[in-house]
Amino acid sequence: MRVWNFKGGIHPPTKKLGKRSSIEKMPIPQKVSLFLAQNIGKPPKIIVEIGAKVKTGQEIAKADGFVSVPLHSPITGQVVEIKKQKHPVTSRPADVIVIERTSEDEWIKIEPAKSHDQFSKEEIVKRAQEAGLVGMGGATFPTHVKLSPSKKVDVLILNGAECEPYLTIDDRIMVEFPEEIVKGALAFSKALEVENIYIAIEENKPLAIDSMKRVASPLGIKVVKLLTKYPQGSEKHLIYAVTKRTVPLGGLPMDVGVVVQNVSTARAMYRALELGEPLIERGVSVTGEGVESPKNVLVRIGTPISHLLKLARVREESSRIILGGPMMGIALNDIDVGVMKGTSGISVFTDDIVKKRTEINCIRCGRCVDACPMNLEPYLLYKLFKKKRFNEMSDYNLMDCIECGSCSYVCPSNINHVKAFKMSKTVLRALKR
Amino acid sequence: MKLTTAPAPHIHDRISARAIMIDVLIALAPASILAVFMWGWYMLLLEIGSMVFAESIELFIMRVMRKKKEFVPDFSASVTGLLLALNVPAGISWWMMATGVFIAIIVGKEVWGGIGNNSFNPALVGRIFMYISFPAAMTAWPKTNWFNFSQAAYHLQTTATPLGEIKMHGVAAASKDFPNLMFNSFIGNIPGSAGEMSALALILGFVYLWWKGIISFEIPVAYIGTTFGMSAIFWLVSPNAYSDPTTSILLGGVMLGALFMATDPVTSPVSSKGKWIFGIGCGAITVLIRYVGSYPEGVNFAILLMNALVPFIDRITRPRVFGEVGRNA
Ligand code: SF4
Ligand code: SF4
Repeated sequence: MRVWNFKGGIHPPTKKLGKRSSIEKMPIPQKVSLFLAQNIGKPPKIIVEIGAKVKTGQEIAKADGFVSVPLHSPITGQVVEIKKQKHPVTSRPADVIVIERTSEDEWIKIEPAKSHDQFSKEEIVKRAQEAGLVGMGGATFPTHVKLSPSKKVDVLILNGAECEPYLTIDDRIMVEFPEEIVKGALAFSKALEVENIYIAIEENKPLAIDSMKRVASPLGIKVVKLLTKYPQGSEKHLIYAVTKRTVPLGGLPMDVGVVVQNVSTARAMYRALELGEPLIERGVSVTGEGVESPKNVLVRIGTPISHLLKLARVREESSRIILGGPMMGIALNDIDVGVMKGTSGISVFTDDIVKKRTEINCIRCGRCVDACPMNLEPYLLYKLFKKKRFNEMSDYNLMDCIECGSCSYVCPSNINHVKAFKMSKTVLRALKR
Repeated sequence: MKLTTAPAPHIHDRISARAIMIDVLIALAPASILAVFMWGWYMLLLEIGSMVFAESIELFIMRVMRKKKEFVPDFSASVTGLLLALNVPAGISWWMMATGVFIAIIVGKEVWGGIGNNSFNPALVGRIFMYISFPAAMTAWPKTNWFNFSQAAYHLQTTATPLGEIKMHGVAAASKDFPNLMFNSFIGNIPGSAGEMSALALILGFVYLWWKGIISFEIPVAYIGTTFGMSAIFWLVSPNAYSDPTTSILLGGVMLGALFMATDPVTSPVSSKGKWIFGIGCGAITVLIRYVGSYPEGVNFAILLMNALVPFIDRITRPRVFGEVGRNA
């Protein structure tokens, strides 16, 4: 079987600690804490008040415009608090709805629920929004928007690369729920009117590849094996690896006729169509050297991260808790925030792994240039950053940096380019206004 | 549980500038040890002394003058010191050596802003300074005298180098004074700068660096290849005046220069294409200085000249951004 690839990238140890741990269903929490903003685009508008009784699956915030998705209650209970809390992704105060559980699940499902092939193209797109679906690999872009491209597309790629080290949830989802993924993929392809469906998986997941092939191949869906390399799961690189098409700078996948959806999103699509379930539950890996038993769990959105840590038996000496994986994840200082729609993993590390090292001057070794999957020159951008020459950074394609962290990973001078680049992008955006 | 936060990425390759420098020192070890076998204890003193002195100067500058209290030596100064010691005649007096090291670290590196900021290879800056300031001592090449640790190299009789002989008296005369020149210059049994002679020891060291992924092959291949090719042309035209191309790349500073001086990442281009251009330029200038200019050897000036062109080379060899259409680089 051919192995697909792209230029640049790095090979961090994959450390898929939990790859043999079957997905467990986590007990329903007594309390959930839900950030309103769980999707890219506009956060939804709250439609419940403190004291309101809500049922599992009930809409508690409704979509605010097209690039927005509603939020649903993940449990049956009562809204006890609506407050502001620091959002880990944006670091700004954001609205949070807190719900306390009062009884077993009483469901409000989305009607009608029927076999995926009985939905029309328009109904599928509509259902994706109603169910609050977003890209579950971490991008959290509303799924229905991706299903409504303004250009003709001819290829759908399901992203099962899972290139972040440590994370194993997509792997397990593919091993355990291949039928659900494939049905979701068929619905996507119907909405997009495409014939070519690929499921792309890194070659370090042989079980997932076999499992997907078994179900997908008879239906004409191609399962392709990707080289294990970070950041293989980046949309542009995945598209290049699978189709040899290059998304133009500043362009979108649909500019080259491709739409990419995460495998977990496909599964959520299936559940929204056939079971009428909105997105209130997702798979999460709890992993890293900082936990005693790395796990893959299905949890309700909003479950406090501290619960997951307890379940995987976090070690006392752990010092870093990351929302996501070690390459692009965000370090938390509050473990009571709830799991979000884009939370694919919680990585926990001890100090010896994440210890900070002193930065020294760049020695121009060129490793960052070789590692950059976008073919940028991180060392040069960083030099300009130090001189605060932001406009020149933009001439050197700063805006095309995908913030993958490959450059910082390989830098012998311990420079954190990504932090500097994120800051510079913010500055540049502010200057443009 | 005490939580720490930091920006992503949270894991690292565990490579450090220090680890790289230590590997370069390891790679220079075969040539350095061979030089001690050849010239005795005084050579060892020059090598160790230069490294220690270079580190001390840097430590002083960083801790006292730049007030970086947490600075720990990264061994880049040691590399400069050792390279310089390998680049001078084995009988050089200790204070000349010390002056050279001082200039290399201060003028070659620190005035630019320290590690990473210098445009020219510091060891070469030191070497050129010594060459200009002490021309007699810098061309007094002691005869080799193997396995006599107690000898002091400055007492040894001095001689001409094969390169000088060829330049002055032609190939025939040189091969009378230096029989089996090709083989001897491969293993290192000829007079010259302390660490230059043994191509074998230098190549061994380089292969280690290449295998560890620390230095790529472009510059050495381009440099040595160009020197070989251009020397071949001169040799074909006039085999009596010029040595054959194989001997040409084995003699003098080509190996040490191409493998360890031109490849200094700080002062060479970043991209692969840029490295090729840089290496070819070094090779061409070396041969031109040797055969057209008035000096017997041109490695040092060739590398310094190309060092100056690095910003330009970097500019014309920028990689094409993924997804960019139109610009071809
Ligand atoms: S990896 Fe670090 S030291 Fe090497 S060129 Fe890039 S920024 Fe400089
Ligand atoms: S973070 Fe940006 S600059 Fe660094 S390797 Fe990734 S894309 Fe390139």
